[in-house]
Amino acid sequence: MNMELSRRTLLKGAGVGLAGTALGAFGFGGIEAAYADAIRAFKLVGTTETRNTCPYCSVACGVIMYSKGDLTKGEKAEITHIEGDVDHPTNRGTLCPKGAALLDFVKSETRLTKPRIRKPGADKFEDISWNDALDRIARLMKDDRDANFEAQNQDGVTVNRWKTTGFLAASASTNETAFLTYKVVRSTGILAFDNQARV
Amino acid sequence: MTNSWTDIKNTDLVIIMGGNAAEAHPCGFKWVTEAKANRGAKLIVVDPRFTRSASVADFYAPIRQGTDIAFILGLINYCIQNDKVHWDYVKAFTNATYLVKDGFSFKDGLFSGYDESKREYDKSSWDYQIGEDGFVMVDDTLSNPRCVWNLLKEHVSVYTPEMVERICGTPKDKYLKVAEMVAETSSPTKTMTSMYALGWTQHSKGSQNIRSMAMLQLILGNIGMRGGGMNALRGHSNIQGLTDIGLMSNLIPGYLTIPTQKEVDFATYMSTRGFKPLRPDQMSYWQNYKKFFVSFQKSMWGDEAQPWNDFAYDWLPKLDVPAYDVLRAFELMHQGKMNGYVCQGFNPLLSFPNRKKCTDALSKLKFLVTMDPLDTETARFWENHGEYNDVDPSQIQTEVIQLPSTCFAEDDGSLVNSGRWLQWHWAGGTPPGEAQRDTWIMAQIWKRLKALYEKEDGPLPDPILKVRWPYADPDDPKADEIAREINGYAIEAVYDPTDPTKVLVEKGKQLASFGQLRDDGTTSCGCWIYTGCFTEDGNNMARRDNSDPDEAGFYSKWAFSWPANRRILYNRASADMNGQPWDPSRKVIAWNGTKWEGYDVPDIAPTAKPDVVGPFIMNPEGTARLFTRTMMKDGPFPAHYEPFESPIANPVAPNVKGNPAARVFEGDMAQFGEAEKFPYAATSYRLTEHFHFWTKHVQPNAVMQPEFFVEISEQLAEEKGIKQGGWVKVMSNRGEVKAKAVVTKRIKPLQCDGKTVHIVGVPLHWGFTGVAKKGLGPNTLTPFVGDANIETPEYKAFLVDIAPLTEPVS
Repeated sequence: MNMELSRRTLLKGAGVGLAGTALGAFGFGGIEAAYADAIRAFKLVGTTETRNTCPYCSVACGVIMYSKGDLTKGEKAEITHIEGDVDHPTNRGTLCPKGAALLDFVKSETRLTKPRIRKPGADKFEDISWNDALDRIARLMKDDRDANFEAQNQDGVTVNRWKTTGFLAASASTNETAFLTYKVVRSTGILAFDNQARV
Repeated sequence: MTNSWTDIKNTDLVIIMGGNAAEAHPCGFKWVTEAKANRGAKLIVVDPRFTRSASVADFYAPIRQGTDIAFILGLINYCIQNDKVHWDYVKAFTNATYLVKDGFSFKDGLFSGYDESKREYDKSSWDYQIGEDGFVMVDDTLSNPRCVWNLLKEHVSVYTPEMVERICGTPKDKYLKVAEMVAETSSPTKTMTSMYALGWTQHSKGSQNIRSMAMLQLILGNIGMRGGGMNALRGHSNIQGLTDIGLMSNLIPGYLTIPTQKEVDFATYMSTRGFKPLRPDQMSYWQNYKKFFVSFQKSMWGDEAQPWNDFAYDWLPKLDVPAYDVLRAFELMHQGKMNGYVCQGFNPLLSFPNRKKCTDALSKLKFLVTMDPLDTETARFWENHGEYNDVDPSQIQTEVIQLPSTCFAEDDGSLVNSGRWLQWHWAGGTPPGEAQRDTWIMAQIWKRLKALYEKEDGPLPDPILKVRWPYADPDDPKADEIAREINGYAIEAVYDPTDPTKVLVEKGKQLASFGQLRDDGTTSCGCWIYTGCFTEDGNNMARRDNSDPDEAGFYSKWAFSWPANRRILYNRASADMNGQPWDPSRKVIAWNGTKWEGYDVPDIAPTAKPDVVGPFIMNPEGTARLFTRTMMKDGPFPAHYEPFESPIANPVAPNVKGNPAARVFEGDMAQFGEAEKFPYAATSYRLTEHFHFWTKHVQPNAVMQPEFFVEISEQLAEEKGIKQGGWVKVMSNRGEVKAKAVVTKRIKPLQCDGKTVHIVGVPLHWGFTGVAKKGLGPNTLTPFVGDANIETPEYKAFLVDIAPLTEPVS
């Protein structure tokens, strides 16, 4: 599936090997070893590489994300660096001014971390638990659907539609999110369903 | 895109019109640079601004925004007048020879059948003459005055170089230079690629802008070719996928359509979807519609969708209007007819036109739910931010629930790039705080709705209760599970139709191609055009073999390209009537005497004889349409219409305002401004340092382009007494913005119909959340009207006035 041994992995592996063996093999003494120890290690050594694509425009440049910790091993992973994927046929490792700053998007201080609710007339958000937020959303949706669902139109034709709540899908979510969203939204009878194709 | 990013390297001529790839798609633009450096390709840029794409072009021509159709129909006229037509291609692969009904006409800017009170056409005359054999009548000699070619020739004759200059403001000599360069690609061994984006779509006739260029590309024989094609540079990373999967009011995944209420049952619905071939021996691939539809219904409702209940046809909602696009949704909200709205990663307060109307509309909702990785303006539309969001929270009764979602780096799944490549990506980071994946959030909403309907009464609960939900952890469906579901599988064994003893796919196995879909309920498939993306061989979207035989630019083992891993659509048209490439140095596929073979998956049945079956297999004609029958609301040919707000009257149809078939809501018509009060032609645009409203949350980008500005010419600055870097006020009939003025040589006034037209550029990246300076944007100014066919808002051409402000500059 995934071609694991990328050019970069190969280079990185070679570099680490060199540090471990070559110094000794050439017979460096204490001073040289101390000097070698003083050099800051390549910062990507020991990080986990993950392949991804840039979430901005539709060129979909390949990127490599480097993290401390490995999600696939169930660890907490903190992304520390993102760069262009040289193996990717479209961008061949390059990134634009937006893609080059992706790390700061991932770590933006305005990333949301908690569900929040703003009550009618209030001038601020307050925290709410996921459970309460989701229960509330389901309640609001069901009440509106129950009150406004149209099973038949005035001509007696079965139309099974719900026109008073709308759903606006995104532009950067995955196909898999899109399909699951489609199933949930359409099953309710929502018609005002759209995405960001036009803007 | 009909082709891919990497294929651009194969071109001889790039025309960038309606886009600015060097700034908006920089790493894709590198393939233009490759073509220039390695093939000696030329680049033409036609744009109101001298953009960075223009700065590296071989030739730049200015144009007034909203006049592209006049420019391109002028190019078609030039090609016809100067015999720069790929005749063999046009005669064999387009409907040029087809005869059109006698009732069809075009006069004074209107096609036959116009009803002014409804702003709609009766399109019955926009069709072919059908012979006694049931097929379209044709005239291979092109001498019949009613054949498409002669009607087209007549239709474009008004767009002379002089008329193009008068409408577009493009100096005649520059226009003719473009025409000359473009026309050269009518040679079978030369190709041109068209790269466009929102600069063409965001007009009240956006679809026809694109159609005009598609027609030109057909006349030049550039569709299906390496280095050719119509290449839409999509704006977002997966807007192609979200459209493919049909997240639009009138779509079902794979470009199937939601029924209307006139389609009272499944039989009626299917009666207009037979797609009987219009010419002998043609594939007319949509004849398989029922297989795609039934397989989708099976993926949606599983065992509940059965032949006896028309595969749960009744459970699909039925439309009462053509579409509930976002403009209609916000119009209904504004009228108080919409109570709830869910925004999944979208920022309509900054994205939709006429911001004041958007704020008023959101304020009338009972509830609003947002899901986003970032703190959006929409989630805070009720919060006062002074001049940047001047609202009184106490007067807004909308309940708002803001849900934190993951971003790309914390999520697995596939995205579809502009070139239709489905590329898998992997999560590499732990989400911040309590942020959750959208799939989890949607599963949780469904689970709770289901629980409520199990416990309480309510109308028609079954479609919700019985949605097919085949996930190992129903609370948290995984991306690969859903990807397998989208690809489709055999519910029962699938047999070979020519040999019923032969099993093609065993029960329970993943399907290998959409050719294996069945209309009897034995296959399930979420989105037929994606079949092949996740087969018994595994996840083909995750393939990472970047080999490229003969450096032809296909990269066919990298990821998966829909449909059927095909990299160039209509690639049968790259070969002549004997199946041999028009240009041997640019072979895509060729006929070897018994079948098609080559670099790409043939876009035709592998054994379809080249002199029998036409290349445009999705059309019942087998050919491409220069005359598009009744497919579009505003005409079977494009015609020049001015933007709804225009500095001049339409020179070719002075009595027609805007696009006569575009939908305009009552209150919005009154909000159009006139040139007397708002004399300057404004347009919105994007900057290379920013991505929509996301990167104002990103420190480095916010530093590079920290604040809102408007761009004007030196001439307009002098006329209005505006200083470089000084404050200005820009006003439209719907609102006003304050901005710094950037006075440049990149914009120059144009002469249109004897009048000097000044252009005002309004970039769109600022709001009131994030780390950049607060600012407004074009949507405060723009009109609430969309394209006649798909309702893309007219962001690219509107009227404003501008005045200097005396405030000190910080």
